[in-house]
Amino acid sequence: MKNGHTDILTIETSCDETAAAVVRDGREVLSNSIYTQISMHTLYGGVVPELASRSHIEKINHVIESALAEANTTLDDIDAVAVTYGPGLVGALLVGVAEAKAIAWAAGKPLIGVNHIEGHISANYIEHPELKPPYLGLVVSGGHTHLIIVKDWAEFEILGRTVDDAAGEAFDKVARAIGLGYPGGPKIDAVSKEGNPDAIHFPKAKVNGSEFDFSFSGIKSAVLNYLNHAQMMHEEVCAADLAASFQKSVVEVLCDHTVAAAKKYGIRQVAMAGGVSANSGLRAGMKKACEENGLELYVPSPIYCTDNAVMIGVAAWHEYQKGRVSSWDLNAVPGLKLGER
Amino acid sequence: MKLIALDSSGLVASAAVYEDDLILAEYTVNYKKTHSQTLLPMLDELSKMIQLDPKSIDAIAVAAGPGSFTGLRIGSATAKGLGLALGKPLIEVPTLAALACNLPNADGLLCPIMDARRQQVYNGLYRFQEQQLVTVQDQRALSIQELCEELNARYEAQDPSDPDALPLPVIFLGDGVAVCRELIDSLLVVPHCYAPANANRQRAASVAVLGAEFYNKGLFVNAADHAPIYLRKSQAEREREQQLKTGDTPQDPFSRAAATPRVHLTGQEQK
Repeated sequence: MKNGHTDILTIETSCDETAAAVVRDGREVLSNSIYTQISMHTLYGGVVPELASRSHIEKINHVIESALAEANTTLDDIDAVAVTYGPGLVGALLVGVAEAKAIAWAAGKPLIGVNHIEGHISANYIEHPELKPPYLGLVVSGGHTHLIIVKDWAEFEILGRTVDDAAGEAFDKVARAIGLGYPGGPKIDAVSKEGNPDAIHFPKAKVNGSEFDFSFSGIKSAVLNYLNHAQMMHEEVCAADLAASFQKSVVEVLCDHTVAAAKKYGIRQVAMAGGVSANSGLRAGMKKACEENGLELYVPSPIYCTDNAVMIGVAAWHEYQKGRVSSWDLNAVPGLKLGER
Repeated sequence: MKLIALDSSGLVASAAVYEDDLILAEYTVNYKKTHSQTLLPMLDELSKMIQLDPKSIDAIAVAAGPGSFTGLRIGSATAKGLGLALGKPLIEVPTLAALACNLPNADGLLCPIMDARRQQVYNGLYRFQEQQLVTVQDQRALSIQELCEELNARYEAQDPSDPDALPLPVIFLGDGVAVCRELIDSLLVVPHCYAPANANRQRAASVAVLGAEFYNKGLFVNAADHAPIYLRKSQAEREREQQLKTGDTPQDPFSRAAATPRVHLTGQEQK
């Protein structure tokens, strides 16, 4: 404790960003250091797990040292070390977990393992300290699509999830199919602005028997069928119209489910999180849907939507408040579920 | 001089503390549990046993590769974390040279082999001369057939009366022996033998001994600059190189490598 504050050093290496941060009292960002590997993976059209792991181990100390320096602090004044231990790519997670354990052990500090998805949700508290449970959460990223109720601090009920591709995964795949490359989300978002979202009608998949689950593989196939058909007929495809129509269809499903869940459970606050919530189409669509239905919407700034260590620090602080610390045998859990400990 | 030494390059997880020509503690486990779960608890346990103050160490020696990619990174990340927290340098010890140090002053050619999958082993060739480890052949990946042919040729080509002639027998050690022993016996024509159980797997004590030698010669790096020696590119890199060579593109339009659109696009120019 420094001047009555709790400062947590956090490390996040679950996918293709090597990130570290120092977060004060779970709310104040003292530093936010990120090394992104996107340009390396672009060559391959997506994240290559082995290359991601290799890059993490090369960069991790530099990123942590810059987070400490930027926060103008040292390990001596840090109260705990937190790290993402799942879900994510196992080899990538292991780098952060082994590093965090060694730092915490050598510095004599407690270790806090954090769930990556809980981190994403917690990103909302950084800029919206007034946001308090209960609220409805929509977590949409390249690896996750979850509609949840945040019942209390660090307590969740899952209402729906994707039964196949994550929303961000569908963006990446469609971007590849129409030749936009990686990362698909921002590229489709940019191209969509030039296109007509009503040019092509793509289906909105419903999952039988579970009103809040999502399915994105159907729309992905619909895009492919459309491309194949156009090729057969020697028709030209307008990439902007296709991207805009695809994006509209995905955004509508996400908004419809969210609004329906809010009505069913009588919840007035909605918070979005995850990389896809940086998508301008989704931000605008959800804003409109919430306004029309009298719901209050919270969305982090784009920098806190994509992977970062600050959000892990916020989630870690809540764990710390509850007295939950990890032991030295903490392992990476690539398939860690929301709410699982 | 005091060192923490770590080796998680293969199936063995091993940690040791070395001080002034003594191993104060060593903990070696050859069991299937993941290194991620075992390595730090082992270090914690042995530190308690010897009441080690981590701040009192001078450097961290780590088996830097080759080895299992993930195993190497667990050891490297642990070493880098220790280095960062303690402000101490890292000593990068080649895994195979450390294995050779399991049999110090052996009168023979030390030939550690680690199973590298894809029908290959990681191997280096070492000997002791005047109590010093001498590298005859730097570590590399090759097939056991290539290794046996090379050894046969080396001994056939040399004059046994030459004082610098390679010693015999060839002493094999490492986890590659279990996989390749029959093949070695059938292909290698020169006298050879296999190291016993106390010397045939990675040990952090050997990493420490060689690490201390390196440290005294000033061979250490900043923790931030250390990365494992893989000796191999990733599969994705190899496949990409192959693809660039042959010009093949994959058929699956959603696959990572499908870089070119299959339809002519109008409207927005591609970025």
